[in-house]
Amino acid sequence: MNLDFSQIIPYIPFMLEGIWATLKFVFFAIILGAILGTLLALFKIGSIKPLRWFAGAYTSIFRGTPLILQLMIIYYSTPQLTGYDISAFLSAILAFGLNSSAYISEIIRAGIQAVDKGQMEAAQALGVPYRSMMKDIILPQALKNILPALMNEFITLTKESAIVSTIGYLDLMRRAQVVGSDLFRNFEPLLFVGLIYWCMVMGLTMIGRVFERRLKQSD
Amino acid sequence: MIDVKNLYKKFGTNEVLSDISTAVTKGEVVSIIGPSGSGKSTFLRCLNLLETPTSGTIEINGKSLTASKNNIHKIRQQIGMVFQHFHLFPHLTVLENLTYAPMKAKGVKKAEAETKARILLERVGLSEKEEAYPNSLSGGQKQRVAIARALAMEPELMLFDEPTSALDPEMVKEVLDVMKDLAKSGMTMVVVTHEMGFAREVADRVLFLDHGVLVEEGQPAEFFSNPKTERAKDFLDKVL
Repeated sequence: MNLDFSQIIPYIPFMLEGIWATLKFVFFAIILGAILGTLLALFKIGSIKPLRWFAGAYTSIFRGTPLILQLMIIYYSTPQLTGYDISAFLSAILAFGLNSSAYISEIIRAGIQAVDKGQMEAAQALGVPYRSMMKDIILPQALKNILPALMNEFITLTKESAIVSTIGYLDLMRRAQVVGSDLFRNFEPLLFVGLIYWCMVMGLTMIGRVFERRLKQSD
Repeated sequence: MIDVKNLYKKFGTNEVLSDISTAVTKGEVVSIIGPSGSGKSTFLRCLNLLETPTSGTIEINGKSLTASKNNIHKIRQQIGMVFQHFHLFPHLTVLENLTYAPMKAKGVKKAEAETKARILLERVGLSEKEEAYPNSLSGGQKQRVAIARALAMEPELMLFDEPTSALDPEMVKEVLDVMKDLAKSGMTMVVVTHEMGFAREVADRVLFLDHGVLVEEGQPAEFFSNPKTERAKDFLDKVL
C-alpha cells in the first residue's frame, strides 16, 4: 500500500478554496436554472403557441446534447463569434443554468399538471387573476410534490459541476488535479475532494428535508 | 339577474347542452335536477364560464359573459361557486382560504378581510376552526368553509354544483342547513342537486334537464306532485 495523506497537508487550504469556487457558480446556476425553468414550465402549460413551441424546442436541445459540449460551446464560441472574452466563471453559470432549466422545467410542468384541476377552477371561480393564482395557489402545491425531484436535480448539478475543470475553472475537481500533478500522487487529492463533494451533497439533502418538513405542515 | 338564451355546448361532436333558454330573477332559488350526464353541471359551469358555451348568450346583470370585452374576472367576482369536491386550498388555513380571494382579487385590506371572514365562519358554525388546515376537517365542515369562502367575495349570485354529493349521509344536513339559511337571507341561488327534499322545500323553481335539453320547469310543488312530461314522471318515479 502506497498511501500517504500527509503529503497533501500543505495543499489542503488550496483545495478547500475550491469549495467556495464550486459553490459560487453552482449557487448562481441553480438560481438561473430555477427561474428559467419555472418560466419555461409556464410556457409549456400556457395557451400561447409560439411560447409553447419555444419551450419544447429549448428542452429538446439542452436535454439532447451533452452538458460538456454546451459548456465548451459557450466558453470557446463566445469570444470567436462576438469578440467578448467570456470568463470561465460566467460560462459555467450559463452552461449549467441553461442546461438545468431544461430539466427543471419538465419537473415543474409535471408538478403543476399533477395539482388537482379543481384548484384552478376554484381560484378562477373566485375571480383571482391568472398570475396570482399560479403564484399563490398552484405553484406552492406543485412545489410540495416536486421537491424530492428538484433536490435530485440540484444534487446532480452540484456533482456534475466538476465538468468545469475542463475549461480550466479552478473548482474543487480542477484543484485536485493540480495538486495531483504537483505531487505525482493523484489518489489522495482525488479522495480528499471526493469526500468534500459528498459532504456538500449531504448538506443539500439536509436542507431539502427541512423544506419538505415545512411544506408538510398542512397535512 | 341571469338571462340565458339558446345556449348550446358541444364537446367535440357530443352535444351536451341543446338550446337552453331560461332566466333567474334576483333572490330566486333555482334547483336543477336530472339524471347523471344530463348536462346539469355543464350548464351551471357555463354560468361562470368554467365551460365556454359553443353558442348562445348568457347575461349576468345585463352584462354578457361571452363578449370578450367584459372582464371575466370582474364578473366572476360577483358569482360564488361551490363545488362537489370542495376544492379548498389545502396549503392555506381556513381563515386564509376565506381572505385570500378578497385580498388578491378585490384589494381588500387584510384586517378587514379577516373581520369579514370571522363573521362568515361564525355564520357557518366553524369559528373555532379558523387556524385549522382543510385536511383536518370533515367533509361537511369543508363544504361549509367552501360556502363561506365563496360568500367572502360578497357575490350577488351563488352557484352550487352537487354540494352534498360527496358527503357522508350524516353530514348532508349541516350543509343543507347553511344553504337554507342562505336562501332565507335572499341570496340568488342556482343549485344542481340530487337532494329532492331540498329542491322541494327550498327552491322557488325547478329545472329538469335530460340529455342536454331543458325538458320541464316549474314550481316545485307542482313539478313534484304533477310533472307534465313523461320523462320527468319517469325520473321522479325512480328517485322518490
